[in-house]
Amino acid sequence: MIPTLLLGTRKGFISYRYNNNRWEVENLSFEGVPVSIAYEDSRSGTWWAALDHGHWGVKLHRSKDRGKTWEELTAPAYPQGEEVKDGMKAVTRYIWAVANGGKSFPSRMWLGTDPGGLFVSDDGGDHFNLVKSLWDHPSRKPYWMGGGRDLPGIHSVVVDPRDDNHVYVGISCAGVFETNDSGSTWEVRNKGLWADFLPDPQTDIGHDPHILVAAPTDPDILWQQNHCGIFRSTDGARNWQDISQPGGPARFGFALAIADDDASQAWVCPANSDTTRTAIKGALCVCRTDDGGKNWKTLTKGLPQENCFDIVYRHALAGSGDALAFGTTTGNLFFSPDRGEHWQTLNNYLPMVYSVQFAH
Amino acid sequence: MATVKFTSALERFFPGIKEIHTNGNSLREILAEVEAGYPRVCSYLLDEQGSVRGHVNIFIDGSIINDRDGLSDPLSKDSEIYIIQALSGG
Repeated sequence: MIPTLLLGTRKGFISYRYNNNRWEVENLSFEGVPVSIAYEDSRSGTWWAALDHGHWGVKLHRSKDRGKTWEELTAPAYPQGEEVKDGMKAVTRYIWAVANGGKSFPSRMWLGTDPGGLFVSDDGGDHFNLVKSLWDHPSRKPYWMGGGRDLPGIHSVVVDPRDDNHVYVGISCAGVFETNDSGSTWEVRNKGLWADFLPDPQTDIGHDPHILVAAPTDPDILWQQNHCGIFRSTDGARNWQDISQPGGPARFGFALAIADDDASQAWVCPANSDTTRTAIKGALCVCRTDDGGKNWKTLTKGLPQENCFDIVYRHALAGSGDALAFGTTTGNLFFSPDRGEHWQTLNNYLPMVYSVQFAH
Repeated sequence: MATVKFTSALERFFPGIKEIHTNGNSLREILAEVEAGYPRVCSYLLDEQGSVRGHVNIFIDGSIINDRDGLSDPLSKDSEIYIIQALSGG
């Protein structure tokens, strides 16, 4: 386990550090400001904070000294004249994904945003440019729509560690798109998904992958917690299989984490279906599969089992080695040292948690 | 000269920001002068398409501006311009 936890919360950026067998708060930055993503670029150790000021707009900051000081960068901005749809100007409403560009492009950073624009920087984040090829994709204006937010948003950017030109993005609602040329061209990768909220559930575009993740040990194996179930691909997203638990809780939710060392092991944080979005039967659980989704185990030891309303947002579950951590909508933070078998409460009094990441 | 006054909430991001006097003939010109004095401040007040952010209010001589996109509301060389935050959030 790497020994730091970065949290993006509704009231600030919070880091925890593991010292002497206990987690302690190391840093609080941007107190009072919503932080949509708290992110460490593992290549450099640089911390990133994507802010969602209620009054002053979306901002982007980075820190090279573990949050002691922060540098404000120019936030991603849509070029003049760009429109979400005819008559609606495009402005950055939210940063929903932050990803580094991989070892081949040490200065590259990707940002996913609401209202649906992907941005890239090749100078370490000093300047971000809209990826026009995806923004101008012919499907965007007629078929992309809001899901989780009012307008379409890119919440997942998955860079293939074997080839940093190879990138997937997850869009709510549109689905999964893949590029093999650093974003010059894009292919739709939604075959096998199911969208029961649309007139045609097997539509090509319009799916709602809540989060998209690739297995570190085999990046051709991708998982997604989708609005309509849990799906897994073993062929680089060309075909998706529904691996939701028949009759069990592992179906609806937002977050998903894959084991560092096993492409068949993953965790989800189930929630009641989209009608209520609360903990199932007032009890919090994590579900784990050890066999690629054939079977699911419900893990509850140490988690509240009554009078609980918590759910876990899409970026708020993370793993590192045997360790897992997640933060909830009601400000609880839980840690497991043993792949979810047992859980410890780190804090009951946080703000709503938007993102959790293990960091160095 | 027109006077521009700011909500104290901006001091968190622009320490020492204080009212300024400008020779601008339009709100956009005035904001350009503000930006020159406090780089990046306009990105806090306006979105990237140049519209006033949804939770920012600008008053000219006591009246809230009408043209939040074009910033064409009339003003005089002696106008007082208040830039404040809307009361929202929790």
